[in-house]
Amino acid sequence: MQTWSLISICVLLGVVVRWGVSLNSYSGAGKPPMFGDYEAQRHWQEVTYNLPIREWYFNSTNNDLAYWGLDYPPLTAYHSWLCAYIANIINPEWVKLHKSRGYESPEHKLFMRTTVLVADLLLFIPAVVLYCLYLTDGSSKKKVSVLLCILLYPGIILIDYGHFQYNGVSLGLALWGILGLGLGWDALGSIAFSLALNYKQMELYHALPFFCYLLGKCFKAGLMGHGFFLFVRIAAAVVVTFALCWLPFLSDPVQALQVVRRIFPVARGLFEDKVANTWCSLNVLIKIRTLMSSDAQLYLSLVFTLLAVLPSSIRVLTRPTFWHFKLALVNSSLGFFLFSYQVHEKSILLAFYISVAAMVGLSITSVTLDPPSHLPDLFPVLVSTTAYLLFLGTIIHFNILQFSGPPSKKSQKKSN
Amino acid sequence: MAADGWSWFPVLAAGVSLFKCLFISSYRSTDFEVHRNWLAITHSLPVSRWYHENSSEWTLDYPPLFAWFEFGLSHVARHFDGDMLLLHKQNYASPPTVLFQRLSVIVTDGVFILATRECCRCVQTQKASQKAVLSQPPFILAVLLLWNFGLFIVDHIHFQYNGFLFGFLLLSVAKHLQAQHLQGALLFAVLLNLKHIYLYVAPAYGVYLLRSYCFTESSTDGGIRWRSFSLLRLLALGSVVMAVCGLSFGPFIVMGQLPQVLSRLFPFKRGLCHAYWAPNAWALYNALDKVLATVGVRLKLLKEAELPQASMTGGLVQEFQHSVLPSVSPSVTLVCTLLSILPALASIWRRPRGARGFLRCLLLCALGSFMFGWHVHEKAILIAILPLSILAVESREDAGIFLLLSTTGHYSLFPLLFTPTELPIKVCLMLMFSLFSFCALRKLHSGDGSLLHPLEVAYLLGLGMVALFSEVLFPLSPWKQRLPFLPLLATSVYCSVGVSYSFLRLYATLLRSDSKPKQH
Repeated sequence: MQTWSLISICVLLGVVVRWGVSLNSYSGAGKPPMFGDYEAQRHWQEVTYNLPIREWYFNSTNNDLAYWGLDYPPLTAYHSWLCAYIANIINPEWVKLHKSRGYESPEHKLFMRTTVLVADLLLFIPAVVLYCLYLTDGSSKKKVSVLLCILLYPGIILIDYGHFQYNGVSLGLALWGILGLGLGWDALGSIAFSLALNYKQMELYHALPFFCYLLGKCFKAGLMGHGFFLFVRIAAAVVVTFALCWLPFLSDPVQALQVVRRIFPVARGLFEDKVANTWCSLNVLIKIRTLMSSDAQLYLSLVFTLLAVLPSSIRVLTRPTFWHFKLALVNSSLGFFLFSYQVHEKSILLAFYISVAAMVGLSITSVTLDPPSHLPDLFPVLVSTTAYLLFLGTIIHFNILQFSGPPSKKSQKKSN
Repeated sequence: MAADGWSWFPVLAAGVSLFKCLFISSYRSTDFEVHRNWLAITHSLPVSRWYHENSSEWTLDYPPLFAWFEFGLSHVARHFDGDMLLLHKQNYASPPTVLFQRLSVIVTDGVFILATRECCRCVQTQKASQKAVLSQPPFILAVLLLWNFGLFIVDHIHFQYNGFLFGFLLLSVAKHLQAQHLQGALLFAVLLNLKHIYLYVAPAYGVYLLRSYCFTESSTDGGIRWRSFSLLRLLALGSVVMAVCGLSFGPFIVMGQLPQVLSRLFPFKRGLCHAYWAPNAWALYNALDKVLATVGVRLKLLKEAELPQASMTGGLVQEFQHSVLPSVSPSVTLVCTLLSILPALASIWRRPRGARGFLRCLLLCALGSFMFGWHVHEKAILIAILPLSILAVESREDAGIFLLLSTTGHYSLFPLLFTPTELPIKVCLMLMFSLFSFCALRKLHSGDGSLLHPLEVAYLLGLGMVALFSEVLFPLSPWKQRLPFLPLLATSVYCSVGVSYSFLRLYATLLRSDSKPKQH
């Protein structure tokens, strides 16, 4: 069958599967007073639509930051504003200031789910299709298989269409950035990735490889010639993108600082809930959360994160090829996930690599059996520590891989 | 046929089963409550009361074997939520109830998966080593059957057990294609006792088995050889059918309830057309009647006050009276149906063309009764589409007819899912299935010219226009209040043209091969 028809069928299947998942319940459905992520997004629409920009990130009588205050960068806020504008046309009840708190209805759910799907259709899915067509090696059958695997990846579908979030936007923009870099359009790729960063600060997980790869490319092209112009072009693109996104907040340094304070909450502890990273797993043996002060915890995580990501980043700096870049993305995001501060389990979306067997077994036992009464957290802790060990193994594996070089090119050279 | 090359089949089957699980929470029609009620009836009441129970409007109107099937299911249902088995709990739909019922459909689809496998075995592979798996007839047939759009939305969203029933039909057809006629007859007898709508295709079975099975040989010109009649075979067939019917109806005959059961199975009080007209000949007849009435009123030939209030496409099942053209009664529809299928049966009797001729005759019986039957539901178009898939992967002309019939028939099912939440599902799935069937069949039969005539292509594009109008433009237009039935009318009339055309073309293929006996 022709490639375009196979691709269309894959995309349609991806859309139907996403919509099928979205038929189910969302985070915090029917659970006052706080509800969940769904209510958070709706609340942001309410806040951004009804209040002037200078009040979005500040605590006031109209904007209670304790009730799902905005804690994502400005692009999320603009997106919420756009959705609220459309929501107001359809049914103003959905975004009425104060009165629409905890608003739940089937029509509203349909609207919210549709916004996620539209965002995916515009940003994430085209990026995946183009990536598989142009940046994947192999026959067209292989490309279609890769497309199918990526589109059907359950992690992003469950979080975006089940739990309710807009990861498709930030991941899509990041993927456009990777696409740009892969096709040699460095400036455009940088713009796309900057937009991704301005949508969700979680994309910082990927920032170091982008930086090192582009910097390495500039060095390689020669700082005294072509490389310098490349550097200037990329830097200008990034700065202009950031400036445009933060424009309303740059007039007053207090504004900008408040946004930064909301985006990076350093007052919370090293981790919350059960998450499959080093600190949560270590906490099982040594109670570091209570032993160390919060400042010390911050520095500890910073040091270890840098140690985890530095090797692969330096490697990409010295050998700025696309293959190294891709591996560095994996390693960097895994490193950040495993060691950084205030990680949420959803962050692992960025690593794209989970071993299923152990998790399935654990999941089944945690559903069917009851834990012993003196260890009520047994199953979640087992799940997160097992996942942690798997991720640790993964980052070690990929670091080794990155340092041993691309396999196919080596064997080709030998046979020639 | 190499067995090792079939690794894709479990993947397709598992994939579609898991896919079905995604739609457990989607829209359910009243059929969900119907089946829950039957679970309650069969579980809570003794057998003697099953066909007398009418405290709910959804009385038991399927044959006894299906009632026993529901009885069996009810014992599993007990472990999910015992409350669903209480008779007075009308419209009870707790999450475990929904989960159980949906899972029961998905699990009983196992019969359909088995049947698909058997049908794929009957279809010849083309030069296995040269073509990729995706272009092989068995693979294409498996996808066309397992991932059939119509079956999916009727069973897993609207809610029914058609997969289970079609499994029996296709398995029976497969057995006949494999020349195991007694098994095929047994399976069909079981099917008839599960859902009596398949009586539509019973004449094809009867004529074929009598002609090709009971008469063991044909003469050299294909005509009948009376002396080769095998009484043994006839008796074997008869005993199989009688045994199944006896098992099913026996208890009720013993209790003297046969008239009551039959009155439940064949309720003729309902109108000529379902609330939404199935795209058959009567839809065209009704439309013509409406047009003539409107024209007559405009030309002052008729007085508007004399016309009966027409609300055929309202939401309820109602009697309808035609204003200009003569009214149609059940006996008229029966006569029309018999007249429409008689040439096909005669053709098969005169010159049997083996099991594939039987399949063609079965299709024509299904389509003929769809076209002219009384109170036909648009879901019945599936009885024609699914078996046609088998012929479509083997013959070029049948592939063309299949593309037209399946696209039209599947689109006519759109009004079944009228909620906005289900709109993306039905549009994407329809596009997926249509895209696959067009591309795969075109690649399979890549010869001279395309599979479809330009007029047919134009018709299908027009279908897209109708879809756009009904789903997008009309709900946003000011006519929505004044003429609420317009999209349904447009859909059923436009689709009846396509279905009628496919019916005539299928007839042409059967009669054409009749006139050239030696070349088959």
